[in-house]
Amino acid sequence: MKTKKVTAVIGTALALALTASACGGSDDGDGDGKKNNGKKAVADAALEAVVNQSTERGGTVTFEHSDVPDSLDPGNTYYGWVQNFSRLYGRSLTSFKPAAGAEGLEIVPDLATSLGKPSADAKTWTYQLRKGVKYDDGSEVTSKDVKYAVERSNFAPEALSNGPTYFKAYLEGGDKYKGPYKDKSPEGIASIETPDDHTIVFKLSKPFADFDYLATFSQTMPVPQAKDKGAEYVKNIVSSGPYKFESYNEGRNAVLVRNPHWDKKTDPVRPALADRIEVKFKVNPTTVDQHLLNDQITVDAAGTGLQTKSQPKVLTKSAEKAKTDNPYAGALTYLAMSTKVAPFDNVECRKAVQYAVDKASVQQALGGDTKGDVASTMLPPTVNGYVKADMYPTEGNKGDEAKAKEHLGKCGQPNGFTTNLSARADRPDEISMATAVKASLERVGIKAEIKTFPSGKYFANFAGNPSYVHEHKLGLMMMAWGADWPTGFGFLDQIVNGSAIKPSGGNNLMELDDPKVNAALGEGIGMTDADERTKKWGEVDKLVMETASAVPLIYRKNLLYRPDSATNVTVTQAYLGMYDYLLIGTDKK
Amino acid sequence: MTTSTKAAKIERLAELTAQNETSSGASLWREAFRRLKTSKMAIIGGVVIAAFIVMAVVGPWVAPHSPKALTWKDEVFLNRGEFVGPRGENWFGLDHLGRDMFSRFLVGARQTLLVGVVSMLIGLIIGAVIGVVSGAAATLGGAAGRRVDTVVMRITDIMLALPSLLLAASIAAVMGQSLTTVMIAVGVVQIPIFARLLRGSMLAQGSKDYVLAAKSLGIRKRRIVVTQILPNSLSPVIVQATLSLATAIIEAAALSYLGLGNPDPSVPEWGVMLSQAQRFFDNAPMMAVYPAVGIIITALGFTLLGEAMREALDPKLRG
Repeated sequence: MKTKKVTAVIGTALALALTASACGGSDDGDGDGKKNNGKKAVADAALEAVVNQSTERGGTVTFEHSDVPDSLDPGNTYYGWVQNFSRLYGRSLTSFKPAAGAEGLEIVPDLATSLGKPSADAKTWTYQLRKGVKYDDGSEVTSKDVKYAVERSNFAPEALSNGPTYFKAYLEGGDKYKGPYKDKSPEGIASIETPDDHTIVFKLSKPFADFDYLATFSQTMPVPQAKDKGAEYVKNIVSSGPYKFESYNEGRNAVLVRNPHWDKKTDPVRPALADRIEVKFKVNPTTVDQHLLNDQITVDAAGTGLQTKSQPKVLTKSAEKAKTDNPYAGALTYLAMSTKVAPFDNVECRKAVQYAVDKASVQQALGGDTKGDVASTMLPPTVNGYVKADMYPTEGNKGDEAKAKEHLGKCGQPNGFTTNLSARADRPDEISMATAVKASLERVGIKAEIKTFPSGKYFANFAGNPSYVHEHKLGLMMMAWGADWPTGFGFLDQIVNGSAIKPSGGNNLMELDDPKVNAALGEGIGMTDADERTKKWGEVDKLVMETASAVPLIYRKNLLYRPDSATNVTVTQAYLGMYDYLLIGTDKK
Repeated sequence: MTTSTKAAKIERLAELTAQNETSSGASLWREAFRRLKTSKMAIIGGVVIAAFIVMAVVGPWVAPHSPKALTWKDEVFLNRGEFVGPRGENWFGLDHLGRDMFSRFLVGARQTLLVGVVSMLIGLIIGAVIGVVSGAAATLGGAAGRRVDTVVMRITDIMLALPSLLLAASIAAVMGQSLTTVMIAVGVVQIPIFARLLRGSMLAQGSKDYVLAAKSLGIRKRRIVVTQILPNSLSPVIVQATLSLATAIIEAAALSYLGLGNPDPSVPEWGVMLSQAQRFFDNAPMMAVYPAVGIIITALGFTLLGEAMREALDPKLRG
């Protein structure tokens, strides 16, 4: 999901993850692995199946998190784990199917009766709401509440500033509407229509065929206007899902109990097994791991896996290793080359870097195959549109000095050159990878000096600020990216589209403004045929690789751990490779 | 160290020269050196410092391997907690990226010494200028001079009141991350110490008969300061410079450890090495031990020599 915020989470914790078995290879645990339909669960079992499947209700599912959420208010969050978690107390128009493997990327109707009905030009989207869906006070959910939820989450940064603003960007007149707290007119934004209590129509200013993905955002979870208190709403969130808040202490913990007005008949998505859900914040990360390994909690809410310190504890014992899953985190670490900084303004010099980088050594520096796979495309394998390809192959991914030198020659720099390589100072894994990149470039005479910057200002002041990049000759920049929604467009638009170049805070670090790439993205997002659209993203990926402006380094992976008591455990690719929090239950009563 | 004890210690050092009524500066040093030669503390300190300096100077030439190349990257597996400890080829083992720790340690010594010496010199030179101005104004400047002295000394008091590492970290944070920043930040912290020390020492000399004699002979004030008072006031400054090297090395390492040092982490430096080792402490504690021991022993060497010099100069400590 979010870029900076989520990648901050990914970056630190994910960066520290490692895993049991080499990429997808499973390892038969000979210990007391949890039974799964009579079979023993093995390492990576939850990648393709639901482990310890159960329909038994009851018990308390416990979450712990080493940090705090940006907000549990569905209209004020960008964190991936909150998107996953908020589905316990809120129902968005659509949601990701709670299922194992690639099926988890499918969108299913949730509050709506079916997926959105687009107009032919993909500019108008209509949803019918289910009847009989009730809030925890017994009143019925209406389409006006969904409209209001979108208005408050996208148009009122003065109160709710954390979430993404895609609706604002795509809705007709989105640039003019001032939000429900400033604009007190009863009709609100005109481009969301609610002809009756169970119909909602979104009118967009440009074609947007990924709209069903936007509808999965927690921002479409209904909020009754009468109960909204802006930034204070988080203290009294009104539930439309199977659980409601019993208590919430900001920065400390929250307790969810069953919502008596939730009706399973209106909700095909949620099994709602547990009677009670507890989540604790600000728990020391080592303690979280310890609690998980001791089966004292059910899930590490962050979903970014065990810390480096804890990993040998599970990887050195086969019985423990059998309880680990090593999913892709939906994120890519890559080396961005500024197309505006010499000599990277010459495609041949960029190609030289593509061949010079020893990706195997980058992987080793990160911590090995269990922390991520060597990447060769921009799209990670768990994002819709991924096509396996390698435009600049080298033997063993170790780089090809001869080819690199050949391209250096064509670039007019046969003896190499000097440049700068930026990385985030507070991300030790990123620095390790930058060190490996630097070492491999040196082999062909490219001398890169590493410059480190604080991650909080990396995009605003440094790598994401073109004038700084040009002035200080930041030719090479370390970058990590996870999609806001798992499609090629959700992943690529912000990092390769010319329109994403901003004077500050942008994520198109290469300053890539390639007409073919821009056109293909625009064309793809207008296609209402899902298969055609998905195919298009693979083409965009290829076009970007042709510009040679980014070296894909690592598809990141996490090492997750499932305690014995956890039931119904499966990894969802829709939420950065976390466990699916809707499914999870416990056999501890 | 609290402010009052820090200031008191400086005052005490400043008085050293004044206490020796009979001997001139030169003979004081001769006697002090005689005592130094018999001090075990001084000998140990001297040997440690000599070894450190030799290492810093020749290290990069004698280092057996490249300190930056990831030569043995295929032998370290972070994810399984598998590190490579000391062995014939790599005396201190490998770090987390498969680099030779011994070579990094040797090369890192030079950075550490460079930062220590440069920042001490920054503090010494600027501090000495301020101290001379303030001391001269106080002893020979009359009422106006005393006011100048008061203002200057209150400013140094304020600087002394701030915890030194906090002050250095604040300066480094404002100036941005670089090796120069670290040198300046650590140097600035030393300024008030040298200023106060030299000023105190000059005040003690100012009431001496030879100064009075020079005054009554009609020698110009500037000349009295430069040729009479200053040479006789320098010995505590030299002692302090030695002690300051120890704190400068520790503080520079601390700033590097906090990530305020050289922005290129592939350049070996003991503070950076310590900081990088921290993440792997559970599985590879030795990665942290080498740079930590390096910093401790070097700082100890300078402290031992400095303290021995102080004792040698201080008649009250004579056995």
